[in-house]
Amino acid sequence: MKHLHALGLGAVTALGMTALSMLPAAAAWEPTKPVEFIVPAGTGGGADQMARTLQGIIAKHDLMSTQLVVINKSGGAGGEGFLDVKGAKGNPHKIVITLSNLFTTPLATGIPFNWKDLTPVAMLALDEFVLWVNAQEPYKTAQEYEAAIKAAPDNTFKMGGTGSKQEDQIITVAVQKALGKKITYIPYKGGGEVAVQLVGGHINSSVNNPIEAVSQWRGDKLRPLCVFDSKTLPYTDKIQGDLSWSSVPTCKSAGLDVEYLMLRGIFMPPGVSDEQVAYFVDLFKKVRETPEWQKLMKDGAFNQTFMAGDEFKAWLEQSETIHKGLMQEAGFIAGN
Amino acid sequence: MDMILDNFNHLYHGFGIASDPFNILLMAIGILLGVIIGVLPGLGGANGVAILLPLTFSMSPTSAIILLSCIYWGALFGGAITSVLFNIPGEPWSVATTFDGHPMARSGRAGEALTAAFTSSFVGAFFAIVMITLIAPLVAQFALQFGPAEKFAVYFLAFASFVGMSKEPPAKTIVSMMIGFALACVGLDMVTGQLRLTFGFTELLNGFDFLIAVIGLFGIGEILLTMEEGLEFRGKAAKIDPKVVWKTWKTLPKFWVTSLRSCVIGCWMGITPAGATPASFMSYGIAKRMSKNGKNFGNGEIEGVVAPETAAHAAGTAAMLPMLALGVPGSPTAAVLLGGLLIWGLQPGPMLFVEQAEFVWGLIASMYLGNIVGLILVLTTVPLFAAILRIPFSIIAPVILVICAIGAYTVNNNVFDVLMMMVFGVLGYLLKKTNYPLAPLVLAIVLGPSAEEAFRQALLYSGGAVSVFWSNGLVSSIMGLGVIAGIWPLIALLFAKLRGTSAQPA
Repeated sequence: MKHLHALGLGAVTALGMTALSMLPAAAAWEPTKPVEFIVPAGTGGGADQMARTLQGIIAKHDLMSTQLVVINKSGGAGGEGFLDVKGAKGNPHKIVITLSNLFTTPLATGIPFNWKDLTPVAMLALDEFVLWVNAQEPYKTAQEYEAAIKAAPDNTFKMGGTGSKQEDQIITVAVQKALGKKITYIPYKGGGEVAVQLVGGHINSSVNNPIEAVSQWRGDKLRPLCVFDSKTLPYTDKIQGDLSWSSVPTCKSAGLDVEYLMLRGIFMPPGVSDEQVAYFVDLFKKVRETPEWQKLMKDGAFNQTFMAGDEFKAWLEQSETIHKGLMQEAGFIAGN
Repeated sequence: MDMILDNFNHLYHGFGIASDPFNILLMAIGILLGVIIGVLPGLGGANGVAILLPLTFSMSPTSAIILLSCIYWGALFGGAITSVLFNIPGEPWSVATTFDGHPMARSGRAGEALTAAFTSSFVGAFFAIVMITLIAPLVAQFALQFGPAEKFAVYFLAFASFVGMSKEPPAKTIVSMMIGFALACVGLDMVTGQLRLTFGFTELLNGFDFLIAVIGLFGIGEILLTMEEGLEFRGKAAKIDPKVVWKTWKTLPKFWVTSLRSCVIGCWMGITPAGATPASFMSYGIAKRMSKNGKNFGNGEIEGVVAPETAAHAAGTAAMLPMLALGVPGSPTAAVLLGGLLIWGLQPGPMLFVEQAEFVWGLIASMYLGNIVGLILVLTTVPLFAAILRIPFSIIAPVILVICAIGAYTVNNNVFDVLMMMVFGVLGYLLKKTNYPLAPLVLAIVLGPSAEEAFRQALLYSGGAVSVFWSNGLVSSIMGLGVIAGIWPLIALLFAKLRGTSAQPA
């Protein structure tokens, strides 16, 4: 407000002058009212935590001139949130964070939307998946666990996961295919609950995201066997004994040829201008440089790939095809 | 023994942290905000904490959790206010408080009901905190034994005790409960990931939110009934002064058995983690069965306020333990707090008590202080809240209606929900006129989805064999209790026959 006064002093057309003076300072588009940040999932989950951390970082470092308001719309496996954004054509004051349900929800439920109905902004990170067993089990490596599954009759082993016909179950189906044995999949509401059920011995394994199970690993209650990524994780801070995320082998190297990463990306409603998209790409680039974001990435052992523009669109295209193929094979596509 | 002494040592340090003047100030602010949040239906503890969470990012984790947990205590206290005064439960666990709390307010005993509710809340919470202090590490182990089958058994016990212990005819209770189950089915089927009963309406994706149903059934339904009976509050003549508080306190020690039983039920349900709602219902049901004045429950019996409030708060507080020790939130508000913990860089789990002892014991000490500060704050404001009843109905009714509508809208930011609330209001009115109990319907909407989920998870595990519900001592004994509770009226009848006395309907 200071420069507003300085400019206005003595000027006859003070209002006009200040209006003009604001323009060159912010040539690009800027939000003029609070921005709604839709989370197509419930409170407390991975997407919600990330959204609330983003909200905190943006507020703390004053990265945006208006407020960012987090709103959870979790109905219909997130379909409610996506439909809301799809319906807000041309509204630049609304963004949505996605998880894999961007692809799986329309396929599994038939709720009418597709990522192409939204405007892709940026990929913030990719979430890893790790194969976990209870630390009291005798399996020290993924190979030993695979051998145990192969040696037992179908459905002896129980895999717990978050939600139904979503990422965890897709990975379970892929594991089944790779091993040639059926595994019973038991869906739970949240990743934290899955980890606790594994500690309690009510399931045999899980494919929890790192952040959901890391404290149980630190407490030596759970053991990570392998990570479903093409290369091992870069994080070398010690977590349990001498072990760190970087000491967890890839599943592929352990004879389990399954890879899966989950998108943590930002989208806007359809029909927004390139300028408006550019504003948010820039905003999230700034967020990525803050120490708080770096800490979140390290704590959750995220894959820190960042993408925007055509590169991001090409990735989405490819990822959609992969999901369609996996879900078709598993028989998860809604019949309509 | 060493462990317990160790805990006391930690707690002593915790008090040092919590009694910092800045933290005490945060407690008072938190409680006041919480009470306001609790009073507004729909806003609720979980939403309130979620909205205020970003405010705490710049504080130290200990100060932040003190502020947020005090909002939670405040909301727990505040939920009782609207339940008693307007028959609108602000939170699921306040539903059982309306059964006797509201009739008391209508007969001019609002101050008494509120004092009893707040004091019982405090007693329940205090009991749970003492328990947390003493046996924190052990309890976490117990909670781990609860798989899907055990969880279902707990829900089954809640439903069964409601059918068996209710003074309404069991048939009407079951009908009402079944309507609730049917409503609870709408939306996404968690186990198959398929939509059901939405008939292509995107508005129904989310199913029927419990809060919408409760605001409509109780709040709007109550206004419709009152309108029919003449435009006035019956509690108008209520005379409130601070003496009421002392007078009520003098009568409360009489109910120590009910109180103690409710504390135990609450702690157990909070840890297992079934939550505060089944705890309050179960405690109310059992108190009604055991009390000398059981027949008068529902007409404004002070014991009917003591039982559910004590249990709900014991459970709400005890639910913090699995959250801290296991990372499993026992309530929606605890879930949001859990998100906060992660943002502050704390990993809830078995190691939290070891790695972040200062934080954990600071929080536990703040629970003691926060509840004392809370009790003083809400009690001093009882006359203020009770005075609301003296405002003419023609003024207060539209205000309640607006608050209900705002509450319904806030749940999902959805206008459709406001319409749904109206429909539920008419349904509530019709059910009341035909003497169907509303509580089983609400219980089914609240717990139905969780019960179904646990039931189907258990069956997936066992490959479809129902024997999984009798597969170990823990699950068998809970199921056994449930069956006994469910057929209690028949057992009572049998006993009466055997004794040769005239059969008394239960």
